[in-house]
This record gives sequence, C-alpha cells and structure tokens, in this order.
Amino acid sequence: MPLKVEKIENGTVIDHISSGEGLRVMKILGIGLGFSARFALIANVKSKKMGKKDILKIEEKYIDEKDFDKIALVAPSASVNIVKGGRVAKKKNVAMPARIDGVLACPNPKCITNFEQVASAFFVEKKTLRCAYCERSFSAGELI
Amino acid sequence: MRDALKEIGVFVKHLLSVRDLKKEDVLSYFRKIEKMEEEVRKGRTNLLEDKIIATLFFEPSTRTKLSFQTAAKRLGAQVVNFNADASSLKKGESLMDTIRIIDGYVDAIVIRHEIEGAARFASEIATHPVINAGDGANQHPSQTLIDLYSIKKLRGKISGLNVTLFGDLKHARAMHSLFYGVAMFNRNIALVAPPGLSFDERTVEEVETEFGVKVTVKEKPEIDDCDVLYVCRIQKERFSDPYEAERVKKEFMLTQETLKKAKKDMIILHPLPKIDEIAHEVDSDSRAKYFQQAQLGVPVRMAILADLFGKV
Repeated sequence: MPLKVEKIENGTVIDHISSGEGLRVMKILGIGLGFSARFALIANVKSKKMGKKDILKIEEKYIDEKDFDKIALVAPSASVNIVKGGRVAKKKNVAMPARIDGVLACPNPKCITNFEQVASAFFVEKKTLRCAYCERSFSAGELI
Repeated sequence: MRDALKEIGVFVKHLLSVRDLKKEDVLSYFRKIEKMEEEVRKGRTNLLEDKIIATLFFEPSTRTKLSFQTAAKRLGAQVVNFNADASSLKKGESLMDTIRIIDGYVDAIVIRHEIEGAARFASEIATHPVINAGDGANQHPSQTLIDLYSIKKLRGKISGLNVTLFGDLKHARAMHSLFYGVAMFNRNIALVAPPGLSFDERTVEEVETEFGVKVTVKEKPEIDDCDVLYVCRIQKERFSDPYEAERVKKEFMLTQETLKKAKKDMIILHPLPKIDEIAHEVDSDSRAKYFQQAQLGVPVRMAILADLFGKV
C-alpha cells in the first residue's frame, strides 16, 4: 500500500529535494525539537525527473524568501511552493545567489561578525563560501 | 549614513584587502608611488593640508603606524592618535560606536585590529575613507603594495619572476596578502615553510585557480632557483615542543651558507621586524634589500592616502 501524506491547506511544500538531503534542509531551516508547526518529510519518493526525491511539507508556516538561499546550499534542485487555501499561490525554484546575507554564522571565532552587531555575509564561490568580513572560505557543510 | 551617501552617488574609497584590487589598480598605485617618491625628495607637500587622519591601532605597531603618520604629515595632513589601552574600549564600548564617533572628527581612518574583518566593518560604518593596516591574520594591503613596489624597484621588474615565500606563512597576515599580490604578476610561486606552517590547501587551490599560477610547496629551505625571496618570522609560540621550535628555527634561519646556492641577482625582502630568522651576516649581502624595502613604506603610504582623496 502506498504511503500517503495528506495535502496541506496552508503552508510550504519544498519539492524536488535530492534524495537524502531532506534532513539537511530541515536542519538548515531549524526544523527539529521545539519546532511548533506540523511538518512531514517524505523521503525517497519516486520522481520522473530525479529518480528519487525528498519532499518537505510544513503546515501553517510560510518560509521567508531569504531562507531560499539556505535551501539552495544543500538542495540546489529544490522548488518551494507556498500553499494558500489548498492552492499553490507561489512557486519558485531555489537558486544559488552570488551572496548570502544574514543567514549563516561565520565559524571563524576571530571574525568580526562574532563580536559586533553585524549581519554575516558570504560570497558564493565555485566550491566554497567566503566570509565577506574575515575572508576565510568554508564548504557548505562547515556552515550548516 | 553610508547607504545614504551611496544613494546620492557619493562613493567613498577605501583600501581594505588585496582581494579588492586588480592588477591595473596595483600598476596605477605604482605610478602614484613614483610621484610620491618625487614629492619626498622635494620635501613636505601640502596635498592633504586640510585633512585630519586618525590612526587607530588597537594592536601594537611600530613601523606601520609611524610610516602612516609620517606619510600623512609629509602630505601636510594632521594626525590624531589613539591609545587603545586608555580608551573607552576598555570600558566596553563597541567598535561600531568608536568608529562612528571618530569618523565624525576626522577625514580618514587608518585602523589595525586583531579581529579579522574589523576594517571592512569599520568601512561600512564610516562616512570617510578607511585603510586596513592589518586585521588579525587576514589582510595587510598597504604592506603588500610596499612589497610589490619593492620587487619592481629593487629587482627591476614585477612579472616573470620566481617568487618564494619563506617562513611561517600560516600565521603571517603580510604573507596572506602578498600571496594574492604576487600571483597577479608571476606564474611560479614557491611556498617554503615548516610542516604545518604553510597556507592551507584551500588557499593554495584558490590562488592557483584564480590566477592560473603554479604553486610549489616545499618543507625544506630550498631557494636555489628563486628571484625574490620573501622571508617572515617563525614564531616559537606556534610549537608545542620547544626543542622542535628551536630545531625548525635553526633549519629555516637564512645564513650565508643557505645563500651560497641562491642566484646572484636574487633579492631578499622581509616585512620587518626581523628577530633571528635572518643571520646578521646576511644584512651586508648585496641581495638583502629589506631595509630599502622598509624605507619605501612612507612614499607608498603617501600614495595610498593621497589617492583616497583623489589628490594624486
């Protein structure tokens, strides 16, 4: 019998997450212990385009556009659907931006962003992300 | 405030990182430095006579601080100083507030701070130009301009040279900045450092990819094919074993013996202060150019300061 997860009336559906990356998307969005909204991660769903994919549904919560950048870091093929009244009100494919502001913390303990009230900023480079302040580069895994 | 200035099309020039510079920018600085050398020969100028420069050194410095102050004074500017130990920072004032206040007093800020990214952060708060005089182990762009200009002037050219960076590369900000600077002009760079004290692989890979240079990493003090040898200190405190520290220091000490195999027209540079990484006997070798390099600090920093205000 196929596994069924009911549709949501209002909230966010993150689709086309590469199979196995759903947990990382949850982590980067801060979904875990203490997260109050109802959510479901459906892993290894059959997909014509991707073979297998993960889908994350979050009820009654609309994720912020700046979180799209974070999702792109771990699931660059994902699409985000904002669902209102049972219909897709907005759909957007995530894309790796040139710069990510304010959402990731710099792991360098000597970076100014860990001392002063300043939003972090990272330049997205070929394989790494570079802190705009201390100029050190990190892999996406080191920042998440 | 800075954003408001941007909106009305007022762009404030800063010098924060070698990464922000292109080869053309460096060459443009060279032309400006030559003009400043001429000004130094003539004596004091009045290019910045209506300006006040703040030198904010949150970390100890002798040469960088004095040469910036001398450069400002030679340009006719006034200099205001700062004693981090006796300032309101000791009372817990944030860097943001400190910069905001001092920015209201002066026309430009020269800042050295142990926290990496402090100068860029200051440039985002200040409405006046900011110069990074060293931020932690990150950047020291004015030193890099001195180093590159020294290579051009003292070796006769800036490109097509085998450049060796020698010593504790990992912890020296001058070396981090210089690595990018020399890669703009030269295809062959050797990194000679004791095990664990070279640049990390990511930095090396980035420079190789960005500039298309060949970087050779060596753990023994081999310098026979190099045209420019840039030496920095190996710090004993980086080693957990004092015996190992002594052994490595001795192995990497530059002596006349080490120089026997080196090219006759090679030049030796050092950001100074040097402690015991270069034997005193080397000072009298015609290839040792570090004292001349240090003298270039003033005209280079004059060019940097005058350039901020479009005066050169």
